[in-house]
Amino acid sequence: MELIEAIILAVLAASTPLLIAATGELVTERSGVLNLGVEGMMIVGAACGFGGAWLTGSIFIGALFGIVAGTLMSLVFALMALGLAVNQVATGLALTILGVGLSGLIGAGFVGERITPAAHLYIPGLTDIPLIGRVLFGEDAFVYFSLALIVGIWWFLYRTRAGLILRACGDNHVSAHALGYPVLRIRTFAVMFGGGCAGLAGAYLPLAYTPFFIPGMTAGRGWIALALVVFSSWRPGRLVVGAYLFGAVTILQLHAQGWGVGIPSQLMSALPYLATVIVLVLLSRARTGGSTAPAALGTVFVPDR
Amino acid sequence: MQLVLEKRAERSNTIALVSPLIAIGLTIITMTILFAILGKNPLLALHAYFIAPLTDSYSLQEIAVKATPLVMIAIGLSLCYLANAWNIGAEGQFLIGAVAGSWIAVKTQGTDAGSWVLPAMLVLAAAGGALYALIPAICKVKFGASEILTSLMLVYVADLLLDYLVRGPWRDPHGFNFPTTAEFDPVATVPLLIEGGRLHLGSIIALLVVAAAAILLGRTIKGFEIRVVGAAPRAARFGGFNSNQLVILTFAVSGALAGLAGIIEVAGPVGHLQPGISPGYGFTAIIVAFLGRLNPLGILIAGLFLALTFIGGEQAQIAMKIPLDVTKVFQGILLFYVLACDSLILYRFKLVFPNRQVASGTH
Repeated sequence: MELIEAIILAVLAASTPLLIAATGELVTERSGVLNLGVEGMMIVGAACGFGGAWLTGSIFIGALFGIVAGTLMSLVFALMALGLAVNQVATGLALTILGVGLSGLIGAGFVGERITPAAHLYIPGLTDIPLIGRVLFGEDAFVYFSLALIVGIWWFLYRTRAGLILRACGDNHVSAHALGYPVLRIRTFAVMFGGGCAGLAGAYLPLAYTPFFIPGMTAGRGWIALALVVFSSWRPGRLVVGAYLFGAVTILQLHAQGWGVGIPSQLMSALPYLATVIVLVLLSRARTGGSTAPAALGTVFVPDR
Repeated sequence: MQLVLEKRAERSNTIALVSPLIAIGLTIITMTILFAILGKNPLLALHAYFIAPLTDSYSLQEIAVKATPLVMIAIGLSLCYLANAWNIGAEGQFLIGAVAGSWIAVKTQGTDAGSWVLPAMLVLAAAGGALYALIPAICKVKFGASEILTSLMLVYVADLLLDYLVRGPWRDPHGFNFPTTAEFDPVATVPLLIEGGRLHLGSIIALLVVAAAAILLGRTIKGFEIRVVGAAPRAARFGGFNSNQLVILTFAVSGALAGLAGIIEVAGPVGHLQPGISPGYGFTAIIVAFLGRLNPLGILIAGLFLALTFIGGEQAQIAMKIPLDVTKVFQGILLFYVLACDSLILYRFKLVFPNRQVASGTH
């Protein structure tokens, strides 16, 4: 029983950064912009988030640092891909290369330092319920926030006028522009939101997942978040399912390594990456009747006047 | 008043020529500021990065050694990018090439195998890299899965495979438990060009690859097809060019070149298989490809330049304690400036005055 509870808790913790980063990227892509720099924004968010928390002793300020760092990184992307109409794939790659270097530079000062990780909720009585108590009422604030965020984004995209306009920009920027909507400005906001989420997701790793910073600690989670957006068919509901499935794969392989089944640990470590490839293939294959991706995704838009 | 982007009627050839130089200039200005922030003397740092490595024979040879994998990988990537196929997993193909070629070296170790060993290693490495690159290419063509994500995921898988081999079945029994194979036999080693120097046969192979790519792109129908499919997909469809076939072809070629670069690095400068054989060659090669404007000769120059930053970075770390991550930041910033300057080949900035536009009623 305790083991099952521990596994569920670990899965939630491993899924949360994926869910937050993928939520941000979902909004960015729904506006028609493909930002491949999630990994770079996450790792800078991790370095700045840890730095903020270590300097001030506050997890909340650390998280804010992560958000600001991710947003600033995404602004560089927006300037290039939207302002200068540069190829979005190449710009996103550049952002990741830059982010990996920057995070090493920023984080060099506090490698080896430790902080007190984010506190977990505790409601006497409720949290003590066996099996489900800690899962439902004993998480850290990030877990609850990530779920509130995705519900909020679902509501925004499908129940508000602003969300409809954002989706219109992603599906047909020429029409949206013709109707008088400021396509590039809307996309800039969407990119910034994606950056803030990626920064927060990165900050989650040293603030709550492991209480220290190591260079390269995102370990491809930004790329998995990108794959999750494809997996979700750009729909928030499916994104939650996908994020928790991938979190489960990550944790199960860790546990399997612990049980010492006769499989090389490297093969188990490769599972989340292999799973991503297989899932991408299966989903893309199932979708032969036409893509569900935003129609203008990744295309350059220069308004004519 | 507002600054907006406007499409040029024709691409500007002047800017096409000078844009990499402007990008390098802007990068150096940015780095000067960064060095100042880090509290290092910018002039001394720039000297350590860009001048010092050019002043002694050892460093010059080392630049050529570092440029070899960068140029070979970047040539392959440029074919992909020209055809609008986004292979960003060259790092993985590099590692798989190293593993595939090392297999022969490990299996023939200590036997009296003859001079066929090295050629066989090169062939197997190229085949291994090509097959590994074909996974994302086929997933893309057959199932429509994003080649960007699949090729990148396979980098992590390749890294773990190499790690497993050198910690498990291939580990040197006399290696004090270090995760490495034994040193390769002389027949499994890339020969040096100058006795006692660093320069090896791989650099000649890289030059041949550059020449072959220049001929392919400039003088053959296939090269023309690759350029048309990337630049004008609609026209290519009307022309009857098969873009799927080109995705497969360019991925296979770039995988083969990355794999070849991998085994040359392992059987040359490194001498054995171990984790960490690449300081991110596969990713830096993306920058090389763009800085070289996806042109073979340009890539050769860009490869030498980025190799200079690797060597300069190492020297700056030793001489001035500048962290190695500065090199990565430098490379990232350089790619940004290259892309930004390239944008000005197709577009130009224009100041518009919204009020006057409304008044004249035109657009």
